[in-house]
Amino acid sequence: MDQTTSTTGQPAADSTADAPSSDRALGAPLVELKRVNKHFGALHVLQDIDLTVRKGEVLVVIGPSGSGKSTLCRAINRLETIDDGTITVDGKELPEEGKALAQLRAEVGMVFQSFNLFAHKTVLDNVTLGPRKVRGLSKKAAEEQARALLDRVGVGNQAGKMPAQLSGGQQQRVAIARALAMQPKVMLFDEPTSALDPEMINEVLDAMVALARDGMTMIVVTHEMGFARTAADRVVFMADGQIVEEAAPEEFFTAPKSERARDFLSKILTH
Amino acid sequence: MDDFFSGFAELFAQYDVLAAFWVNIQLTFWAALLSLVLGTVLALMRISPIASLQWAGTAYVTIFRNTPLTIILTFMYLVVFSQLGITLTDDLNSTFFWFAVIGLSVYHAAFVCEAIRSGVNTVPVGQAEAARAIGLSFLPAARLVILPQAFRGAIAPLGNTLIALLKNSTVAVAASVATETSSLMRTMIEFRPDLMVAIFLLFAVGYVILVIPIGLGTTWLSQRLAVKR
Ligand SMILES: Nc1ncnc2c1ncn2[C@@H]1O[C@H](COP(=O)(O)OP(=O)(O)OP(=O)(O)O)[C@@H](O)[C@H]1O
Ligand SMILES: [Mg+2]
Repeated sequence: MDQTTSTTGQPAADSTADAPSSDRALGAPLVELKRVNKHFGALHVLQDIDLTVRKGEVLVVIGPSGSGKSTLCRAINRLETIDDGTITVDGKELPEEGKALAQLRAEVGMVFQSFNLFAHKTVLDNVTLGPRKVRGLSKKAAEEQARALLDRVGVGNQAGKMPAQLSGGQQQRVAIARALAMQPKVMLFDEPTSALDPEMINEVLDAMVALARDGMTMIVVTHEMGFARTAADRVVFMADGQIVEEAAPEEFFTAPKSERARDFLSKILTH
Repeated sequence: MDDFFSGFAELFAQYDVLAAFWVNIQLTFWAALLSLVLGTVLALMRISPIASLQWAGTAYVTIFRNTPLTIILTFMYLVVFSQLGITLTDDLNSTFFWFAVIGLSVYHAAFVCEAIRSGVNTVPVGQAEAARAIGLSFLPAARLVILPQAFRGAIAPLGNTLIALLKNSTVAVAASVATETSSLMRTMIEFRPDLMVAIFLLFAVGYVILVIPIGLGTTWLSQRLAVKR
């Protein structure tokens, strides 16, 4: 693999020595959710969610299937609307549909479980599309930036290919580059490695760890405990649409306070 | 047998069959272009987030898809031209031609819209979400991400619509286009009833020759341009 990204190489390693929470100075609140509620019909998927993510913070969201993690993630850039409560990004409340919303979305990067690269465009065009059409960058400037970003996530040599020609791990790294190209204030990851073959998981996690080290604010839905321990400042445990527990990663994984979390962890650990 | 073929030769000598086919090809060409534009706009309305536009698009498709083409074309001639006195050019024949094009276009646009929508359904939702997530609003996302993929998925149904349009262009006679194939066929049968079978065959084969390449072409294109996922 063409690894140019990671300084750790092995994010899955248990490295308490450089736990980021100790040396990272967290800034002002960047993403704030206040009493957010959301229903899908009769199902109350998000129940009075209060959550603050500070500038530079890496938050890992963990929880059983159907607990509302994806919905939470998607609500933050309004791919999902909420019923009540407020969500603010960098002090601005999420706008209704329209130009202002598009602008906000440009500042919130999103990485999907299924990559969602634009299937009819080359890797390079995937990364330049947003900067050119939303930010108004020239083709040349956008391509320069795109190549640098593709290099940064280790897929610089794939720029001319179509997404379908890439492996899942490569596609996901392109998707990360595509999101970064908008120079977002915060990046959302919804289970970015769960659609990947095991041998490709680390190449994506490496890119994410490197990003975390560069100071990116990140909200990451993942069950990768190695990543959480290496890169996260805080773990939020969700169950049945509620935030059940919040703690530093080490604390959460070694001494979960709630019964639900203990139960959940015992299940994923026996895998 | 010789008689049979000499019958064809005679028909060709007596009537300008190719000119008649050329009129239908031109009707088809312009109506295809116009209905593609109108159909795309309708498809955009139907997939847009704005409820009133969705409603208007749906209403259009329901009305025009369920109205016989003959009625639309007769309406163009009897109401728009005769009653309202609207003319498009000084030349009567070209006015009728363009009325026929418009009538054919508004009718087939409904089918083009549905073909494009079926193409949109071949594009995974994740494509639209990714487009929105990088800050593209509805129109740019549709133009840059959804439609380019939807058109590739819609080539086969669009081809079918084009074939239907070509054959339906013979209904232009209802809008008084007197130079196209079905008018010529009627004239020929009137004056040469002795060659009736040859006349029918002539037009049937003529259309088959025009239609087959469209079918082959769209099949080839849809395979060649298919989006790999
Ligand atoms: N569009 C939708 N319409 C109706 N119900 C939905 C929709 N999307 C999600 N749900 C339901 O809402 C609940 C929460 O879904 P969500 O995808 O947020 O869970 P999750 O925590 O991400 O789960 P997973 O780990 O399986 O991805 C689930 O019960 C799901 O079935
Ligand atoms: Mg999910």
